[in-house]
Amino acid sequence: MKTIFKQITTLSFLSIMLISCETSYVDIPADDEVLDGTIDGLSNEELARFLKGDVAFTEVFTRQTGLGSTFVATSCISCHAGDGKGHPFTTLIRFGQADEFGNTFLHLGGPQLQNRALPGYTPEQIPFGATFSKFTPPANTGLGFLQYLTDADILAMADPNDSDGDGISGVPNWITIPSYINPENAVNQNGKYIGRFGKKAAAFNLLHQTVNAYNQDMGITSTFNPIDVYTNEEIDPEVANVTVNDLVFYLKTLKAPIQRNQNDTEVIQGRNLFEQINCTGCHKSNLTTGYSPITGLSFKSFSPYTDMLLHDMGSGLDDGYTEGIAKTYEWRTPPLWGLGLSANSQGGQYFLMHDGRARSIEQAISMHGGEATGSRTAFNSLSQADKNAVLKFLKSL
Amino acid sequence: MRISISYIILCFFLISNTINAQIDPSLLKRVSKDTTKVLNMDAIYNRPTLNINKTPIAIGGYVETNWQHLTTDGVSEGHQFQARRLSIFMSSSIGKRVKFLSELEFEEGGNEIAIEFASVDVEFHPLANFRAGIIVNPIGAFNQNHDGPKWEFTDRPIPATQMLPGTFSNVGAGLYGKKYHKNWMYGYEAYFSGSFDNSIIENTQNKTYLPAAKDNPDRFEEINSGIPLFTGKIAVRNSKIGEIGLSYMGGVYNKFQEDGIIIDEKRSVNIFAIDFNTTLPNTKTFITTEFAWINVDVPSTYSQQFGSKQQGGFIDIVQPILNRTMLGWEKATLNVACRLEYVDWNVGKFNETGGNIGEDLWSVVSAISFRPNSQTVIRLNYRLLKQRDILSNPPSITDGFNFGISTYF
Repeated sequence: MKTIFKQITTLSFLSIMLISCETSYVDIPADDEVLDGTIDGLSNEELARFLKGDVAFTEVFTRQTGLGSTFVATSCISCHAGDGKGHPFTTLIRFGQADEFGNTFLHLGGPQLQNRALPGYTPEQIPFGATFSKFTPPANTGLGFLQYLTDADILAMADPNDSDGDGISGVPNWITIPSYINPENAVNQNGKYIGRFGKKAAAFNLLHQTVNAYNQDMGITSTFNPIDVYTNEEIDPEVANVTVNDLVFYLKTLKAPIQRNQNDTEVIQGRNLFEQINCTGCHKSNLTTGYSPITGLSFKSFSPYTDMLLHDMGSGLDDGYTEGIAKTYEWRTPPLWGLGLSANSQGGQYFLMHDGRARSIEQAISMHGGEATGSRTAFNSLSQADKNAVLKFLKSL
Repeated sequence: MRISISYIILCFFLISNTINAQIDPSLLKRVSKDTTKVLNMDAIYNRPTLNINKTPIAIGGYVETNWQHLTTDGVSEGHQFQARRLSIFMSSSIGKRVKFLSELEFEEGGNEIAIEFASVDVEFHPLANFRAGIIVNPIGAFNQNHDGPKWEFTDRPIPATQMLPGTFSNVGAGLYGKKYHKNWMYGYEAYFSGSFDNSIIENTQNKTYLPAAKDNPDRFEEINSGIPLFTGKIAVRNSKIGEIGLSYMGGVYNKFQEDGIIIDEKRSVNIFAIDFNTTLPNTKTFITTEFAWINVDVPSTYSQQFGSKQQGGFIDIVQPILNRTMLGWEKATLNVACRLEYVDWNVGKFNETGGNIGEDLWSVVSAISFRPNSQTVIRLNYRLLKQRDILSNPPSITDGFNFGISTYF
């Protein structure tokens, strides 16, 4: 009896060990299943710099290293898990600008709410009378391609007077840039430049976006923006310029999401329908970068499904808050690449549209108004099979 | 001529050292231990040591080293050789019912050097022993009984070392005692000691992390909150059933006043742990397990990134399969073993969505260990670890092997 017990126990152990070893050495996920990874063509030196930027992206700030005293998140990766879209847990709140004439609440902590605080401190509150909007963190991938899209190409996609009569009239957000930004050859209109990044396209480039994120999201000052969000006073830099620049390089050189199942018949059908109902009027798929000092980004074709322009999205998406010269109901066309992998960074769920209010791709389509009303109506008129094809195509991105 | 003198001096030096190095082995005597009447709380004294001649001093230690090859999501840092730790302990019977024991630990090849234990024990009565010095806070069982050669696994259990602060030692004082009655043993420990600090919720781990307090170099000099940490444990053992222990550790962790000025609210940490170990009589299967729950006052205006509740535990099952003379070693043992580990670093729901907060891990470690004697273990481990982030995104998977040796000396 004793021997049988021992043999059964031993066999059980050996079985567990064999099962464990069966899964030994997990495969590296396929490139098209993850958002992180580099663009093609980086040199060894550039890859080393990418890794430095990756370290900066995952750095967790504490009181000792400058966090806060009020903040939204403790690290970049807190908001962009796996370089993907964010979750309501780290959704930002911006407040204080109700028209294109500027933010009137900057002296009261605008434009961003730091809704968390270190122990012993009090978080910021939205000032009485300030309109606000919630912004879900976007995915980080492919941003270098968007930065090196030329101003001329963006302006070529604009149609402010809807001269082609398709009901879509995209316009750039002309913004005032901070002094640390070198606009180089950017198109200038009355001292303002085309914004590219952010829900309202209110950031000029990735340096502008990164400096803002350090400062407004984590309360980290730099030589670029030395103003402490808690005291509103200039203080010593809490992050080195080299770190900021490495992080910007990392963001530039993150690869663009790779479409999956491109040859699937239903995906191809969905793509054709996507064009037929003129979703591509704003979500443009075939763009090309201009010159970039990073060879892997220079004169490259890419498919982000955005035109980088502001569009009237209707009253349903009008939060009463804006940035730059955008109207409160205007939003920059968000790139759709990576959409199918969103759930992998949003806790297995979808939180779409600018504030995560849409819990599925279909619900997000149904929330499109304004200039997108025609496409939404056309989508709703499709057969269920055709709708499924469009959704399958979008999930393949 | 100069060379000749140097040569003579060198020869003299070498010869004299050789003579000195030939220590008479009869001077060193292996101290036998009574292993029949021990609880986990006895582990610090229940170690194989050497007595030097007829002196009241005993010395000993253990060393652990291993090879490791792990991958995370398929990406590996390659092969690693690791010198995990070298511990040296020295005890002394100072006089009648007065003794001293210290443990000096070198970790990661000497990168970290710490006095893990250094206390004087004075026995007034078997139920009333006074202990003062640097003590290991007796929360759970692993903290009390963590010597590498006692375990079949190279890695220490994650819940007992990263959720609970493993080998958390502080300056403190208190009482302990034991009582025996037939097959039963009862023991207790109660200490006041140095405490945690703000780092447990302000750290680069980006989660509530009690071991962060171990990095505070000032904790052997001052208590961050000014209020001692209480640690207490009771344990009962039946020689036929096994041992169960219940422990508690708690106190104020944050600096709430400075120079007499109140700068913050008092916030506390409370930890409860239960541990159990037994040997099944029919199969000689050894089972040891420990589970703990942690509550930390985290300000509601801080980030939910730092959870107010944690829970986790582990179970080790060790099955001897051969116990006989092997390769010339008498009483050698070959074991197979398995460890299951679980930690939820952040128990709760998001304020924004009501959804469960992730930040948890599950791990299975299987092992084959060979013990040429009871004080030395050679072990091959395979680990499969799944770890989810705070949003419960698809887990990162770490797996791989390590092979190592650990022995008392």
